[in-house]
Amino acid sequence: MAIVKNDSVIEQEWITVDAEGGLPASDENLIVPLARFKDQRDDLIGRNGGLGVQLNPGDAPEDLADDLDRLSIITVNFPAYTDGRGYSYGRVLRERMGFKGELRAIGDVLRDQVLYMHRCGFDSYDLNVDDETALTKVRAALKEMSVYYQPTGDGRATAASLRDRRRVALD
Amino acid sequence: MYRYDDFDRQLVQERTEQFREQVKRRLAGDITEEQFRPLRLMNGVYLQLHAYMLRVAVPYGTLRADQLRELGGIARKYDKGYGHFTTRQNIQYNWPKLDEIPDALLDLANVEMHAIQTSGNCIRNTTTDQYAGAAADEIEDPRPYCELIRQWSTFHPEFTYLPRKFKIAVTGSPNDRAAVKVHDIGLRMHQNDAGETGFEVIVGGGLGRTPFVGKTVRDFIGKNDLFSYLEAILRVYNRFGRRDNKYKARIKILVHEEGVEEIQRLVEEEWAQIKDGSLRIGDDEIAQYIEQFAPPAFEPLSDDDADFERHKAENRGFSNWVRSNVIEHKQPGYAIASVSLKPIGGIPGDATDVQMELVADLSEKYSFSDVRVTHEQNLVLPHVKKADLFALWTELDKANLGTANLGYVTDIIACPGLDYCALATARSIPLSQRISERFGDLDRQHDIGELKIKISGCINACGHHHVGHIGILGLDKRGKEFYQITLGGDASENASIGKIVGAGFSEAEVVDAIESLVTKYIDIRDAGERFIDTYRRVGTDPFKEVLYGDR
Repeated sequence: MAIVKNDSVIEQEWITVDAEGGLPASDENLIVPLARFKDQRDDLIGRNGGLGVQLNPGDAPEDLADDLDRLSIITVNFPAYTDGRGYSYGRVLRERMGFKGELRAIGDVLRDQVLYMHRCGFDSYDLNVDDETALTKVRAALKEMSVYYQPTGDGRATAASLRDRRRVALD
Repeated sequence: MYRYDDFDRQLVQERTEQFREQVKRRLAGDITEEQFRPLRLMNGVYLQLHAYMLRVAVPYGTLRADQLRELGGIARKYDKGYGHFTTRQNIQYNWPKLDEIPDALLDLANVEMHAIQTSGNCIRNTTTDQYAGAAADEIEDPRPYCELIRQWSTFHPEFTYLPRKFKIAVTGSPNDRAAVKVHDIGLRMHQNDAGETGFEVIVGGGLGRTPFVGKTVRDFIGKNDLFSYLEAILRVYNRFGRRDNKYKARIKILVHEEGVEEIQRLVEEEWAQIKDGSLRIGDDEIAQYIEQFAPPAFEPLSDDDADFERHKAENRGFSNWVRSNVIEHKQPGYAIASVSLKPIGGIPGDATDVQMELVADLSEKYSFSDVRVTHEQNLVLPHVKKADLFALWTELDKANLGTANLGYVTDIIACPGLDYCALATARSIPLSQRISERFGDLDRQHDIGELKIKISGCINACGHHHVGHIGILGLDKRGKEFYQITLGGDASENASIGKIVGAGFSEAEVVDAIESLVTKYIDIRDAGERFIDTYRRVGTDPFKEVLYGDR
């Protein structure tokens, strides 16, 4: 397992817990599933360590609307690469709800999906390969294409906007 | 016609190189067939019964002469000398070798074509009226919007792993020739009370094992808002469409299970949040795309051409072809000519390399280099001078492309069936050939009039049997092929799903069964009534009786 963010491999600084079971010490950085966050919200936000939430397919990112400022990280689980719900969650969190923290793709994260994830607002990727391979894959994936038709919140210039700019320059 | 600019060109080029690398990794054994599968599918490469199959996108069914010529060249170079035009206005090659496919894709890229998103659970090739920009009944040319949809949907980062495939069809005419009501999204152009042109948005139509006629989620969406509205629908589908069962994953099931009102509510709620965002297209941008599809340089002509009339009077073959295959153009003195890919006893939708090259040449000579592919698996030369029709027909006829049967009983849609397809449960092609031969006599076809027979070789309904006036579904019963007949389907603006008429027929019986249905229709029709109209008037019973008697 290797987490790639900002063009480098980063340490895993978070402990992810399941829906049930004990919580680690209060100063540990903790990621909980959305359902548990909703259940135990007050306890969780009273802890000392960092707090994050994991979204699974079927969850509603909108449920986090009042708590986004409290969350340093949101992980979005792709249990299989074919389940594309997480792409919508990414865009809703970033573009609509204005989430500024880390947005990490976890689960079945493969090279060929990384660019799409990035376009949907993800900024870190948890790949099931060694550090060097992960970094190579993410780097390659992010530069494989250079033309984008759709405006998303990722800041990339779309073909339409570049065409516009060119037209203005020519006028 | 739309020409790629450097952005479009670069995107296709990058994709072609990417796939070449992926094929290399596969052939070197670096990735397994399992890992390679989603990558090849995203590039239109299927593994069929006997070989790989390459499906090439023909965006909204529009081809330039150089593109069609290249499609012919590819058939010769990488296939066995032919290609198969499909109900999605695309072309399939049945015999390419995997290690040569990257080269074929490069050849395609050189004429601004590709195989992107012709498979996979993504937004597929957008289809439209084959007569777009030419039809006399058109409200507005739908192609500029189709091109904008093509771009918006190509590598859409959010919608590449949908629950299931997603098909959008657009019609710019009230007479729907694009079957928009049986698509995931159908867009019908019309004018609102303020006189603006926009789209009725129809959602959740589809064929397959659970056919539905789509339902209207919005009567009118303006052009500037089209993309935000499409994105809202797709987001609702991506988030809420079923993923637990492949056969319940299309948006039609979501619409059916939740009800159209609920879908409407979700879509409108989503749309309200994005409608003023970056997807709103300005009038300027729309105007640029309309300009790309500006009419060709028509000559001012009288609508009457004496030579044309004389040839019709003198040559029965020609007048027959004009009668069925030529329709009115919006420009006086011009006509729309259909090239039938349904010769009597032939394979529906197949064209040889030489035929493709010939039609390309003829389109340069007679139709401003413009060729269309129809969802009924024929080709169209959309802008032919009436004065040139006789010369055109003469050349087509020499190449076995002059069959005068458009819309008739021998103009059959058929899927590739068990001759090629890994999913098929029965053969479609030989059956369509036998039906075609049975009804081949042209006088008889004239007498029968418009009758749409559509054949699918399995429940997935690629041959559109649900919307055939007579639909035929090939199934497997204990190792033997048998064929189930449906009646009363219709893909037009009056869309309806055909009803199963009764027990299926063996391969030996089915052509006779079709013939008795036709004979019954002729017996009971009112003057000028099409098969579908008679069926709607009298219902299933008279037809049932002729097939099964008291059974």
